[in-house]
Amino acid sequence: MKAKQVKIAVAQINPVLGDLTKNLALHKQIVEQARAEGIHLIVFPELSLTGYFVKDLVPSLALSAQSPHLDRLKELSRDISIVVGLVEESADYRFYNSAFLLEGGEVRHLHRKIYLPTYGMFDERRYFASGSRLQATESTCGALGLLICEDLWHPSAPYLLSLEGMDILIGLSSSPGRGLGAEEKLESVKVWESLNYTYANLFSCFVIFANRVGYEDGVHFWGGSEILSPAGTLLAKAKYHQEDLIIAELEKSELRRERATSPLLRDERPGLVLRELNRLMEKRCEVRST
Amino acid sequence: MKLDRPDLTINCGLLRKILVGFIENEVRKMGFQRAVIGVSGGVDSALSATLAAQALGSENVWGLIMPYRTSSPESVAHAQLVVKRLKINSALIDITPMIDAYFASFADADHLRRGNKMARERMTILYDHSAVLSALVLGTSNKTELMLGYGTLYGDMASAINPLGDLFKTQVRQLAAYLGVPEEIVRKKPSADLWVGQTDEEELGFTYEEVDQVLMLMIDKRYEISDLVEAGFEERFVRKVFEKVQSSQFKRRLPLIAKVSGRTIDRDFRYPRDWGR
Repeated sequence: MKAKQVKIAVAQINPVLGDLTKNLALHKQIVEQARAEGIHLIVFPELSLTGYFVKDLVPSLALSAQSPHLDRLKELSRDISIVVGLVEESADYRFYNSAFLLEGGEVRHLHRKIYLPTYGMFDERRYFASGSRLQATESTCGALGLLICEDLWHPSAPYLLSLEGMDILIGLSSSPGRGLGAEEKLESVKVWESLNYTYANLFSCFVIFANRVGYEDGVHFWGGSEILSPAGTLLAKAKYHQEDLIIAELEKSELRRERATSPLLRDERPGLVLRELNRLMEKRCEVRST
Repeated sequence: MKLDRPDLTINCGLLRKILVGFIENEVRKMGFQRAVIGVSGGVDSALSATLAAQALGSENVWGLIMPYRTSSPESVAHAQLVVKRLKINSALIDITPMIDAYFASFADADHLRRGNKMARERMTILYDHSAVLSALVLGTSNKTELMLGYGTLYGDMASAINPLGDLFKTQVRQLAAYLGVPEEIVRKKPSADLWVGQTDEEELGFTYEEVDQVLMLMIDKRYEISDLVEAGFEERFVRKVFEKVQSSQFKRRLPLIAKVSGRTIDRDFRYPRDWGR
């Protein structure tokens, strides 16, 4: 992290399914407000510009990095860094579930969701192309690692970002609430909160988890967005089931102190991991796909 | 195989919040403020009406009580208790003239035909009131009924949105009790009340407590029949449940469309229902 302190916000919104115009207006309004409050980086959830269960709407909602639809947000990004979720159209007409980092008036970085859940209630692979790159990126707020929802269920994804020097892990999510039992929290809530906590600790990084709220076709999204310190301490927590905006100040010194206390990153052995992966790939044992 | 009996206990506070939010969201998103529900006097419609009143306000909910001449007086009394307690709007519409007029031409019709006709008559009245009141029809079918196919297609199964369709019957009872639905309604023997003396459990041949355990394991937890039998459930019972689920699959789907074009509804024309909302 360059700055000693950065002020981060998560916009826990309820986008309108399939209405880019309304969602762009909502983003613009929230970003302007955040800018006025001196926020350095604001994070929106997965597919925040389109809604989640987009199905056959995918091509109609897709935007390229050059799309004029994004001009106003790009303009705002001269003063505040913005992470949004959208359907991205590539030059060769593939459609990705992507996250853009807007900064300095341009798309500074983009992440295309790699792991598209296509099981149970999910059908993403039917509609989206899957990304094939994992890269941390330098931003004015530090080295960011962007991942989208299911990406975080594959620990190799944050692991690789961590090796590239990630200070802040950003997870954009549209997590449907499910698994109601006798307990206070849904299964889906418990597991996400434990993932965020675990990643903060394992990779000694800040974690920003931006989840949405609202209902689509009877499915509800549970919110509960959160910002965690590298020690796993909750710095900010959004309400469940309601729109919210949370803010936290991230202190660079926290990263230093945590990494001095638990030098997990220092002790990582990427060379060993690579050798073993190569061995497994050669044997093709238990390695299911590339 | 070691298989613990599943726990169907639910966190009622959390569930209430999710279902109230569901009704509020899905009704208003479709451009409506109101809901109309067929209130039978049973626990399912009592719960649906309670959730609707909490989501939309009592003044925006209509409970239609639609007895036939053979309906049990207790059902009507319980239905009236529900609408009175919730302070929702209500109307009593006797379906006897419509039903009797039709069956005057089919005097030999059996229980099943008569029962289905009554369920569908009530549906047409609900949808007529939906138009008159600008109110969405709220469903009352629970997951147990839907899985077993224990309902009339396009009758009591018809609705615009259904807050109870993912709750087993025993879970409906838990939430109803939590929300203050009167004890006598929660505890009474469930009945479609389509003919005198009918009860669900007698007709089905098992209790809701028993079948909910099997459905939870078979459907939600994806255990095989053989797993359930090994775990000590009676094989005949488990197979009977499975056959009901299988043979009623058509009731849980839209009518089949013969595919001839390049893009067919629900096959390769796939849009969310909440498209643009």
